[in-house]
Amino acid sequence: MIFGTGILQGLMVTLKNFVTSYFKAPDEGGIFTVEYPEKRLPEKERFRNFPFLLYDKNPENLRCVACDICAKECPPKCIYIVREFDKDGKPLKRPAVFDIDFTVCMNCGICEEACPFDAIYMDHEFEIASADRHAKLLYHRDDLLKSNEYFHKIRPTDASAIDARRREAEEKKKAAEAAALAAQKAKEAAAAQAKPPEPPKPAAGA
Amino acid sequence: MTEKTFSLHGAGDMDTQTLEINIGPQHPSTHGVFRMNVVLDGETIVSLKPVMGYLHRNHEQIAENMSYTGSMPYTDRLDYFNSMSNNFGYAMAVEKLANIEVPERAHYIRIIMAELTRLVNHVSVIGFLLNDLGAFFTPVLYAFREREKILDIFEEVAGARMMCNYLRFGGVKYDLSPEVLARIAGILKKFPKFLEEFETLLTKNEILCMRCQNVGVLPAELAVSASVTGPMLRASGVNYDIRKADNYSLYERFKFRVPLGQKGDVYDRYYVRILEMRESLKILEQAVKEIPAGDIMSKKMVPFLKSPRNFKPPVGEAYARVEAPKGELGYYVVSDGTAQPWRYHVRAPSFINLTILEDLCIGQKVADAIIILGSVDIVLGELDR
Ligand code: SF4
Ligand code: SF4
Repeated sequence: MIFGTGILQGLMVTLKNFVTSYFKAPDEGGIFTVEYPEKRLPEKERFRNFPFLLYDKNPENLRCVACDICAKECPPKCIYIVREFDKDGKPLKRPAVFDIDFTVCMNCGICEEACPFDAIYMDHEFEIASADRHAKLLYHRDDLLKSNEYFHKIRPTDASAIDARRREAEEKKKAAEAAALAAQKAKEAAAAQAKPPEPPKPAAGA
Repeated sequence: MTEKTFSLHGAGDMDTQTLEINIGPQHPSTHGVFRMNVVLDGETIVSLKPVMGYLHRNHEQIAENMSYTGSMPYTDRLDYFNSMSNNFGYAMAVEKLANIEVPERAHYIRIIMAELTRLVNHVSVIGFLLNDLGAFFTPVLYAFREREKILDIFEEVAGARMMCNYLRFGGVKYDLSPEVLARIAGILKKFPKFLEEFETLLTKNEILCMRCQNVGVLPAELAVSASVTGPMLRASGVNYDIRKADNYSLYERFKFRVPLGQKGDVYDRYYVRILEMRESLKILEQAVKEIPAGDIMSKKMVPFLKSPRNFKPPVGEAYARVEAPKGELGYYVVSDGTAQPWRYHVRAPSFINLTILEDLCIGQKVADAIIILGSVDIVLGELDR
């Protein structure tokens, strides 16, 4: 082979690619990058970036019960939770402080996996760059709150599946409660029948 | 730099001195924060000391203070080009330790992912090698175009392009949908065409041949005695591929060959990688076609998805290795029966393959040191851990 043929053939390849990049479809050799801030590629549903806290209907009604499981499982330990207490010092089932340090978070998704209350999920938000690390990138509870509708918008499949599962669990719980209540009532009724002459004291809890 | 003395009369008795220079740590051709301390006589390399540790992040110690699953996302960050095969090795080690069976479908998914990773790694490393040679960014961008398609699949399946965190002990995190499988099949159809184009661009290119042939020759004996693995070793003509030697996972079900080089020069290392990609495509085709239906997680391990901290393997030790795109990637895990490994060690192929760098470079020109390093294929995340 004549010296230089390889180079010429190679140059033909670059020429071909140069031309096709203008006229072909993206996966046929055309340009497949987009000019980012103006145009965007659709996000994949499973894409995960940083976690957010989910609430139903209104932000007061957040699902997180401050059980601290995610904070324990988080590999770089970037979640910090303090439980809320009411006036009498009784612990409430919600966090007073829920901080996630986004500079430490490594987007692994283990918090989402571990949470038993479907309260924390991975977000699609990625434009969070900031020059002020402490003020802007340490996310507090209220910055993290997002609605279930938002969850449905970014991850429809997962959200529907989780909602369905929650509803089912709710119904089961309700049914179980109703059954328990009925059983209790029946028991009380039986007890009441056993000693009828007593003056009708209101049965406790009935 | 030492001072030079020149005498103007007669080149014969001209004083020469060696010159010590540092290549790196902030140098694009060192593929990360890596420094080569080179002593030059003229342009010829007299000695070369690799200096590493700039990216040391205490990976092993961190893993010893963490639940077993907690280290999985950290293994992504070892060789950040190939997070899937990193996950694979670690999952295998822990499965061996705790004696966990993996369902067949999960094995197939793992193999598909590992081989896709190999494609990603090899196209990029060839692209970067060409960058080092001075073919500035054309080949690497062609390579990245193909890589992008595969990363899209990773994103769709695992949620992240590079830090996949996809495997779990006893299986994988998410199932592959039929659409994704169809897309993988689509990529497999187009990939050979791209490889052919890539080869027309490169394989017979006279400049590439002149720069790469007979440069940085690694004799088979040296490769074996320095425990070099992966494409480096096979380019020197040693037939050793852990997929064949260990038959781990379900690799014995797939038909593929192990491409070997003859001389062990930079060109062979380049070409072995091209051939390996073709073999990977064969494995992928078979896997996508034959993937069985079924579970993706072993039943025993499903509860631990929700509570990694309760996963306590029995007392013992295990070493598992996979043929990562860069070589033998091994994980050594010792359990003392608690939720954290007592000892955790990574045998990183980048690190061990780099030990022979000086032998390859002595006597070569300084420009060749760059491409020799490029052909060794290192990633600093794994090298320094
Ligand atoms: S987000 Fe979930 S795991 Fe974390 S504290 Fe709240 S309820 Fe518990
Ligand atoms: S994504 Fe991972 S690193 Fe980030 S908060 Fe959740 S568990 Fe922690």
